[in-house]
Formats: sequence, C-alpha cells, structure tokens
Amino acid sequence: MSSISQKTIHHYLRHKKKFPHVWCPGCSNGIVLGAVIRAIAELKYDKDNIAMVSGIGCSSRMPVYVDFNTLHTLHGRAIAYATGIKFYKPEMKVIVVTGDGDATAIGGNHFIHAARRNIDLTVILINNNIYGMTGGQYSPTTALGDRSTTTPYGNIDPVFDICELAMGSGATFVARTTAYHALEAQAFIKRALEHKGFSLVEIMSACPVIYGRLNHKGDAVEMMKQMKENAVPIAAYEKLIEEEKKNKYRRGIFRQIESPEYTEQYQNLIYSLQEKQGVQE
Amino acid sequence: MKYWERPFGQEKPKVVQGEIFIISDRCKGCSFCVEFCPNGVLVISDEFNSKGFHPPMVTDLNKCTFDGLCESICPDCAIVVVRKEVKIDKK
Ligand SMILES: Cc1ncc(C[n+]2csc(CCOP(=O)(O)OP(=O)(O)O)c2C)c(N)n1
Ligand code: SF4
Repeated sequence: MSSISQKTIHHYLRHKKKFPHVWCPGCSNGIVLGAVIRAIAELKYDKDNIAMVSGIGCSSRMPVYVDFNTLHTLHGRAIAYATGIKFYKPEMKVIVVTGDGDATAIGGNHFIHAARRNIDLTVILINNNIYGMTGGQYSPTTALGDRSTTTPYGNIDPVFDICELAMGSGATFVARTTAYHALEAQAFIKRALEHKGFSLVEIMSACPVIYGRLNHKGDAVEMMKQMKENAVPIAAYEKLIEEEKKNKYRRGIFRQIESPEYTEQYQNLIYSLQEKQGVQE
Repeated sequence: MKYWERPFGQEKPKVVQGEIFIISDRCKGCSFCVEFCPNGVLVISDEFNSKGFHPPMVTDLNKCTFDGLCESICPDCAIVVVRKEVKIDKK
C-alpha cells in the first residue's frame, strides 16, 4: 500500500472515508473525477487553494470525494455560490462541477450570465443527457425522440448545444470531449484551469443505468464504445457529408481567447475610485 | 582500442518497470479496464470482493507498458499504476 498512497491521486481524494463512491457501476462521473484530480496534480496546485463547488445531481456529488475546499449547494445555484467565492478570494481556483440539468435547466440563468461576465471560473459540465439522480426525467440535452420517464413516447423538445450556448453568452474558453477520451478530458481540464476567464469543459458521459436502460443503449462498455465512435474531432466533422453527421457531434477546443476578467476589473474599479477620493488602505 | 558510440549520442535505453495496484473493495465490476487495455493485461477474476463484484486481476505483467490507461478509465479510482524507468547497466 505504501506506493499507492504516494500517488497524487490519493493525495487529492478523501479516500479513507468516502470510498467506494455512490455512482452506479460503469457511470462516467468517476472517470471525470479521475481526470480532474490528475489535471490538478499535473499543475501541482496546493489543495488548500482550490474550491470545488457543485449543485445537486449525480455529477454534483463530486466535491464529496475530493480533499479541497468543497461546497455542495442548491440545485442549479453552484455558479452563483462560486461567483461569491471568487469575489471574496480572487486568488483562489474555483471549480464548478455540474450536470446538464443543473447548469442548463434550473441553473441556465446563472450559467449564461457568468459566461457573459467572463468571471474566472472553471466549469466542468458532465452531460449525460438526462436527470440521473431523480430517476430519468428529460433534460434540455435529451436527444429528439429519446425516451425518459417524462417523455415516455419520445422527446419532441429541440436540444441545447451547450458549447454554442456558452460561446453565444461570451465564454472565453469552450471545449468538449467525452468520458471515453479520458486523457483528452484531463488535458482540456488542465488548459481550462490555466485559462483566465470563464472556461467551460463539457464532458459527454454515459449514464448506463437510467439513460442507457430507458433507451436500449446497451451496457456500460457498449455506451463507451458509442462515445468513441460518435465524438468526432472538429476538423474531421466538417469534412463529413450530411448523412454521416447523424448522431455524431464535435469534440475539441471551440474557443480560446483573451478578454478582461471580471473580478480583476472590479478590483481595478475599486482602486481607481479610492485614488480619486484619496482613500488610503 | 575500438571505440563504439551510440548513434547521435543517444541515451542508454531505459527499461520500463512498474506495478499495478488494484484496490479490490472499490471495484464495481464495470470491466472497462479489461475491455480497453490495449495489451490485454487484465482479466476479470473469479474472486468476489466485499460488495459481491468480481474485481480484475493482472495476468501477465510483462505485457504491460505502464501507461496507466486502466487507471485513467477506471470510474472507481480503484487502479493505481506506478511506473518506473530503470537504467540497466550491462557489464
Ligand atoms: C430546487 C430543486 N428542484 C428540484 C430538485 C430535484 N433534483 C435533484 S437532482 C435533479 C436533476 C439533476 O440532473 P443533472 O443536473 O442532469 O445531473 P445528473 O444527476 O444527471 O448527473 C433534480 C431535478 C432539487 N433537488 N432541488
Ligand atoms: S444514475 Fe446515471 S448518472 Fe447517476 S450515478 Fe447512476 S449511472 Fe451515473
């Protein structure tokens, strides 16, 4: 066991108290957890200088397992809490882990406005196309025609493209990958953490127990293989003909630009006003 | 004396060694590690863990490249791959 505990992966986990975790066998959330802590280990961040915030959902249980400053908040409000932390401690790395329902249904408003402000948060959005925790209601990313407990005859709602939504709202780092591409996910999370400004990493994931079963997608291994096939790098996707694009989606970095960061601008505003009025600290 | 040098001043080759640790009691039997290991190092064992799942076991460590793909794909943080590069001195 001695060499195991030397590995950084266990340094960042509450591995003595909280494991095994609650996620179902073959659920992608655990793969994302691994990718997050490995990315942080590569960057050698101090664990006291990281805050991980989440809302409610299966994906949002991640802060329970990591040994950072953690906050498990209300459904959909993770980004609002994270904004508060970032304002109070701008030097802290604030990571938000959220689900598709959490971030784009009930928390859609917080999501688009945090992106618009370009506040320095790293949002890791685990998109399993359904509300997993509450038993399989449809979410804004459930595909057309797919079954869920609230769309037993097939979903007729058009789907949100979360990366497009974030870019439309003004996010400055936007990337998408899948849980199958675990090493790519790790690399994207690392780049998102290094980026200054609002960064979104959307990780397509498999919920074999609820979504997979309702839609006859096969077992967990089968769903991983589907992700491998359907997630196409951006450049390769553009070359596909229209028929081949069916069921396929792009993965890669969609945007990475520099733009003024919100908490920094806020600080500058305070300093300039203090100077004007001759206030001394 | 005949002097022989490695081409282009290449470093001495290193041998990759390592170990695979499996924390059996965390395993939930998803079999990703067995399915996605490119070298077929792991198999599902016949043993049961404390939760009643069959954890994986290492068949042939010589086939392993210790890249840690199984560690990355394991959803239960139950596999740890320790990689060491060892210099061999032939005398
Ligand atoms: C205000 C409020 N409304 C509804 C709920 C019930 N609820 C709990 S989790 C959840 C859905 C979470 O779905 P998602 O964010 O997609 O995460 P997943 O479980 O799929 O990872 C809902 C609706 C709640 N806890 N609080
Ligand atoms: S219900 Fe789905 S998302 Fe939730 S833990 Fe199980 S497999 Fe994962």
